[in-house]
Amino acid sequence: MPDMILLGTRKGTVIVDRAGGAWRPRPIAHEGIPVCYAARDPRDGMLWASLDHGHWGPKLSRSRDSGATWEDVPSVKYPAGARYITKYLPTPDFDPEAPVGAPEYGDATVYKIWHIAFGSPRQPGRLYAGTIPGGLFVSDDGGDSWDLNRPLWNHESRGGDLFAGDATSENRWHGTPASIDYGVFEPGIHSIIVDPRDPDHLHVAVSTAGVIESTDGGKTWAGRNQGMTNDYMPDPESEWGHDPHFVTACPGQPDHLWQQNHCGVFYSDDGARHWKKVSQPEAGVHFGFPIAVDVQDGRKAWVVPARADSERMAIDGGLFVAHTTDGGQSWRAFRNGLPQDNAYDIVLRHGLDAAGDCLCFGSTTGNVYLSEDRGESWRCLGNNFPPVYSVRFG
Amino acid sequence: MPTVEMTRHLYRFFPALENRVIRVDAGSVAEVLRAVNELAPGFADYVLDEHGTLRKHVNLTINDRILVDRKTLSERVPDDGTVYIFQALSGG
Repeated sequence: MPDMILLGTRKGTVIVDRAGGAWRPRPIAHEGIPVCYAARDPRDGMLWASLDHGHWGPKLSRSRDSGATWEDVPSVKYPAGARYITKYLPTPDFDPEAPVGAPEYGDATVYKIWHIAFGSPRQPGRLYAGTIPGGLFVSDDGGDSWDLNRPLWNHESRGGDLFAGDATSENRWHGTPASIDYGVFEPGIHSIIVDPRDPDHLHVAVSTAGVIESTDGGKTWAGRNQGMTNDYMPDPESEWGHDPHFVTACPGQPDHLWQQNHCGVFYSDDGARHWKKVSQPEAGVHFGFPIAVDVQDGRKAWVVPARADSERMAIDGGLFVAHTTDGGQSWRAFRNGLPQDNAYDIVLRHGLDAAGDCLCFGSTTGNVYLSEDRGESWRCLGNNFPPVYSVRFG
Repeated sequence: MPTVEMTRHLYRFFPALENRVIRVDAGSVAEVLRAVNELAPGFADYVLDEHGTLRKHVNLTINDRILVDRKTLSERVPDDGTVYIFQALSGG
């Protein structure tokens, strides 16, 4: 059973410790600073937090002593010459019917460090960071320095190598609404998966583009969106433009991947080569943000469904977690211990985690719930946390 | 030598700058900020992005005049001038 839960919240990092059978939160760290993601590196125990400073730029913070003290990490920066084809902000005066002109380019700036992932134990010091506007950064020295993964940044689906000159292909990546807070409409990498069998085998998920795979340590990348459907596009089966909200893989069966998408829940049992929609809207399992998969059995997953993309709230005022044990063929709703009246919580993409028999989620309403029996029953760890952006067991 | 004053919020991250008068060599705003960064390594990353542009919600004045060139910070700070760095706070 895990001993620690890290909460990334709008007001800082909250560490919840398990001692003597009870879970107790410590005083908040990074007081007053939005923390969009916090996690523990299982290789060396280092704690990581992504600070989403509104004014001072995104920063990474790490703790070598289990959260007693924290230190800034040198900033993640785009190299000179890193450009992207800008997308228009969907402002009221934007005319989608206007003729498309020549691409316009922007110099890349890190707006948000959305996800931190840890490399294989065979690659000590290897870390990944996913950002808005859609850059994957890699560190091989434990976060002291970071390099942009250029093959993904220069991918033909984004217009090609813009370091070298103008676009040589169409930009198929769309903006994520999560970027609008920063005054732009650009994509973001929020899910990074390292295959435990092969550290050179990576999946990343991009809002709004889809899932992309590398089998050679990031030298080449290919879209893996076959079987995906996006209801909001003119061509729902287009190769790009998908909006995975979060993608995760089973550590024990890494070819089993799951995604909670804007347009449903999708499952793959062949390493994302083919996706299958496994939503059950009649059971409330369709729209949502987070998804968690069992550590050993890739057919078992949990979601925290929400009502709809246009009504981002619990369904009928009752909060529940849905669980499948058969690859999404059937879903069961767990409600025991969760509020069933006047609940309007929404759980964001990094707001649910599973470890062994334990599950934990936190909502933007500041409620945090824990299950120690695989979701069958829940208890509240607190109702007065700041809005929760991420939940990760340590 | 110009003086640099800043919002107290920055002292949280750079305590070495607190409770002292910050004087640096005259030059452009960019040069002044580089000099502060030498006193407090990492400071520039808080007020500038990777292109050296003033971050969006950070404001800077030379005496009582708001910086015009936020992109390259080329304006010169006079010897007797004061650079003020502050930010627009909002939200809840």
